Amino acid sequence: MSKYAIEVNNVGMKFNLSQEKVDSLKEYVIKLVTGKLRYNEFWALKNIDFKVEKGDRVGILGLNGAGKSTLLKVIAGVFKPTEGEVKRSGRLVPLLELGAGFDPQYTGAENIYLYSAVLGYPKSFVDEKFDDIVRFAELEKFIDVPIKNYSSGMKSRLGFSIATQVEPDILILDEVLSVGDAKFRKKSEKKIMSMFKTNVTVLFVSHSLDQVKRLCNKAILLEHGELTAAGDIDEVAAIYEERTK
Amino acid sequence: MFKEQIKTFKRYRFLLRELVKKGIKLKYRRSYLGILWTLLEPLLTTCVLTLVFGHFFGKNDKTFPVYILTGRLLYTFFSGATKAAMKSIRAHAGMIKKVYVPKYIYPLSSVLFNFIIFMISLIVLVGAAVVFKVYPTVWVFTGIVPLFMLFMLTLGAGMILSTMSVFFRDLEYLWDVALMLIMYTCAIFYKTETMEKTGSAWVFRLNPLYAIIRCFRDAVYGRNMFTEGYWFWMPMAVSIVSVIVGVALFKKNQDKFILHI
Repeated sequence: MSKYAIEVNNVGMKFNLSQEKVDSLKEYVIKLVTGKLRYNEFWALKNIDFKVEKGDRVGILGLNGAGKSTLLKVIAGVFKPTEGEVKRSGRLVPLLELGAGFDPQYTGAENIYLYSAVLGYPKSFVDEKFDDIVRFAELEKFIDVPIKNYSSGMKSRLGFSIATQVEPDILILDEVLSVGDAKFRKKSEKKIMSMFKTNVTVLFVSHSLDQVKRLCNKAILLEHGELTAAGDIDEVAAIYEERTK
Repeated sequence: MFKEQIKTFKRYRFLLRELVKKGIKLKYRRSYLGILWTLLEPLLTTCVLTLVFGHFFGKNDKTFPVYILTGRLLYTFFSGATKAAMKSIRAHAGMIKKVYVPKYIYPLSSVLFNFIIFMISLIVLVGAAVVFKVYPTVWVFTGIVPLFMLFMLTLGAGMILSTMSVFFRDLEYLWDVALMLIMYTCAIFYKTETMEKTGSAWVFRLNPLYAIIRCFRDAVYGRNMFTEGYWFWMPMAVSIVSVIVGVALFKKNQDKFILHI
């Protein structure tokens, strides 16, 4: 086993931003014939190269549009990078846009199984953890109600609960610690903290520099899709503060 | 290379099962009769078709309802499953944007859950065969061959459609029109003899779904489907080619899906 949990090797991600979205056959043919099918190339990420050691907690800093979320999606395997490659070792659980993968017609209980399956867990594992998941989300009374009748807070609580009751090796957190009310927020931060003790590797995106400083020991800084700083959290945070002044 | 794929497939077997279950569950949720509709629906439509067309096309045939039912059940599966597979990628956009899952799981699960519903609905055919005294012979066992071809053809078509519809949404409407054409050239509620007299029988030779239905009817009516090679080998070849093309097309384009949904 390698000592790195994540290796990002020279990754670039290119998007073709067509001026108008062409998604009908008619438009496509017309544009193709008249020669108007042009794309603006846009590199959301360029030459990103870094390694994350096992047990490291890495904060990803950068302004809006710097490519933070794109980078997380490349690491999670959702985007396939245009160039370069990402190596991961261990089970990865992304906590991005919690609850976006739920089926609204399904009940809470059915969604627990569905969502765990999406994350790649076997059925036996979910059977075992089911009660913990429900209890942590504080949804005992509503677990047999279709998700479409849930409030947005309830949905995110359930999403957070499923993703964290399982034991990932790599955890990707994108602005998720702003879930639910103040009480649940405290609880979820505590849960994340307790996971840190189990030597989980964490990638963390937040616009709250305080939170990043509190939770992470290392950081990288992205600017316009390029990696401009990497290292200990205090050094990188200082550079970031300099830039945001 | 294949070892890796088999490993991933094993890991996501539970997801495939969950998605198949979800398709079946949600199809009949909130209906009073639930899964019974898989039996009632073909039964009722066959009654209507028999009433309307039996008069014109099936006067001398006491088993005409069985004839209609075989065609209708197979066609309904094909149209339902290809439509579901076509929409499957966009229907699961929320998941695809968030976590990595082998994407072929989505069209595959759509075809599978429709196939299970279809297999259940074959019970109606058994009932109808008893009522109209179409008794099975040993040839009934060869029925598994057209069912296999049907599954392959549908899966292949589903993969092709699901890939293309990510890039071109109008395909959903175009496919509805194409399905109508396919339905009328499947000889579901009429006999091909009437068409043969007018010299338009060649359209049947171009329709692999009709050829599959024909093979299946042979099995149900206790005839040997292998007597005329063309009606057996044509759909077999088309089914296999459609799966190969479907998988290749899907594999080539799947990384681009995320940019279009």
